[in-house]
Amino acid sequence: MSEKLKIGVFKFTGCAGCQMEFLRMENEFLDLLKLFDITYWKMVKRENNDDEIDIAFIEGGISTPREIEEIKNIRKKTKIIIAFGDCAIKGCIPSIRNWIPQMESEDLVYPDPSTICSTKMLGIGEYIKVDEELKGCPPHRENIIELIKSAVLKIKPRLRKHPVCVECKFLDNACLITSKNMACMGPVISAGCGAICPTLGRVCEGCFGPMSNPNASALADIFKSIGLNDADIKRKFRKYAGMSPEFRLEAGH
Amino acid sequence: MTTEKLIKVDYIARVEGQGAININIDKNGKIEKLQFKIFEPPRFFESFLIGRKYDEIMELTSRICGICPVAHQITALRAVENALGIEPTDQTKDLRKLMAISAHIQSNVLSMYFLSLPDLMGYESAIAMTKDNLDIVKRGLELKKLGNDITEIIGGRSVHPVTMLVDGFSSLPSKNKLQTIKKRLVNAKKDADLTVDLFANVEIPDFVRKCEHATISDPKNYAINEGRFKSSEGLDIDEMNYREHVYEKQKPYSTALHSYLKNRDSFMVGPLPRVNINFGQLSADAKNATKRSGVKFPNYNPFVSHLARAIELVHDIDESIEIIDRLKFKDEQRTITCKSGFGAAITEAPRGSLYHSYILDNNGVVKKADIVPPTAHNAYNIEKDMNNFVQTIIDEPLDSITLKCELLVRAYDPCISCSAH
Repeated sequence: MSEKLKIGVFKFTGCAGCQMEFLRMENEFLDLLKLFDITYWKMVKRENNDDEIDIAFIEGGISTPREIEEIKNIRKKTKIIIAFGDCAIKGCIPSIRNWIPQMESEDLVYPDPSTICSTKMLGIGEYIKVDEELKGCPPHRENIIELIKSAVLKIKPRLRKHPVCVECKFLDNACLITSKNMACMGPVISAGCGAICPTLGRVCEGCFGPMSNPNASALADIFKSIGLNDADIKRKFRKYAGMSPEFRLEAGH
Repeated sequence: MTTEKLIKVDYIARVEGQGAININIDKNGKIEKLQFKIFEPPRFFESFLIGRKYDEIMELTSRICGICPVAHQITALRAVENALGIEPTDQTKDLRKLMAISAHIQSNVLSMYFLSLPDLMGYESAIAMTKDNLDIVKRGLELKKLGNDITEIIGGRSVHPVTMLVDGFSSLPSKNKLQTIKKRLVNAKKDADLTVDLFANVEIPDFVRKCEHATISDPKNYAINEGRFKSSEGLDIDEMNYREHVYEKQKPYSTALHSYLKNRDSFMVGPLPRVNINFGQLSADAKNATKRSGVKFPNYNPFVSHLARAIELVHDIDESIEIIDRLKFKDEQRTITCKSGFGAAITEAPRGSLYHSYILDNNGVVKKADIVPPTAHNAYNIEKDMNNFVQTIIDEPLDSITLKCELLVRAYDPCISCSAH
């Protein structure tokens, strides 16, 4: 291998949980550092350089004019941009506020909203070209490693596009919808977490966002037959990925 | 008056979130302007939580913070339970405490070893430290992993865990796994002691400001999830009455609101106030470690916060073992009846007191939400500390003043995303 890859980790509007999942690689972290240099990571380093970056992990969505400028700047200096987690992909939980008039939100939180300049909470893909997505709130560290390994080997990463249901089948979990009439989002949600919630006795809430080509309206019909009302169904889809085209109809306008 | 010295950090490194420092000093050495400027974009949780259901609040507010999701989850759950008049079982309380402590271990180790220690040892980051101090970095990673692994075994994953529900758990951890964890906890005691020794011996600025310290407190145990909100100046209130005493004001340069006590002033929350006020409830070994450190408590040097975290680490390990030993793992039924009402809760997140309150309607739908994270409590106090601190180092070179101001901010281990939720 010639030169080490330069990696940058950047935070926008979000909770730092994706960076924490990056740091969760306690076992692998020191070995990984042999494969690449981390040249920019504010939460971890005092000396940072973002002049030229091979892979940028972007955590967080875009919600201020300053962030729009900044994400465009990073795009110019970076070869591969990763939307790192649901906030960077489609705005995740904070995007729930996009259904509320911005003035109303600002008035509620701040005595003087005139100094606040927030826009809607959107994924970075609204403003720049994104090369790869790491789904999840947070993404699973195994997928982060898969992506970094692929980048080093210059091959396409194998990230899951099938639903959580496949992972449940592998684990021999009884289906929560058919066996217990519970409103599980699994059939329309991307796998990658290892079906954590259904394995631990609760429904999938959808934190990995839509799978490839999901049938959201069919699942909404099933929820209705289980006894959920329209408001319940809206809340289900207007959560981690309400802004995604796949869920937009069920999330309501 | 012309500005003589400009201390400017546009984006403070090695803290969670986006904050800056701006200080102008005039030619007479007087501070003209001092701002701990939080420019983290707000996410308006208190707005979009309205209309959501009581059983989602834990899951949604978890996303306020990726470092302390467990604290937000437990605070939200307890506030909802207080609104619905639910008293969880002892087993639920024990498991929650174990979860909270595991998150404290993880977060406090992260703060000590990876965010602050590099400064105190003269490196730009823990990554740079691996060259000469690999054993220390490895010890930090190992301790952090222990905390995270406990969270994951009980909660399903370490960042935004999933098993804690209103009035119980969706699934209980396996006895065997917790026994394995217990062995690791016993072994980690040595590393915790080494951590205390490390932070008792690193050089910190000699700076004292006697401000009001506050924490929740309980005579029976070291309060993390439940207790009365008390201060070093005699405040002693029930969590439900928090808003009668703690107010917030907005500064035009900060997206985090600044908290203050009614008719009083700023106050500090976090590991130092906890050790100061709840010293009597620490484990015997934690008390011994304190004695060994030679540092006296109560202590009003904010830089002693690091040592307080290390002392808490010893206690956290002891209490975790105690809880694992008394857990019975009974399957329990959750009983929830929706009704309208107000509920509030204060817990101790790793970086200090965290407040949530909710008004629910008859169907359990949120009508009003109010959240004050630790760093919103601390932001104003950080400025007041910095104001006094800068005056003691005003003759030092600009680089040194700048680094020391950053050091002060990092001693608070601010969670800036939280503060501008």
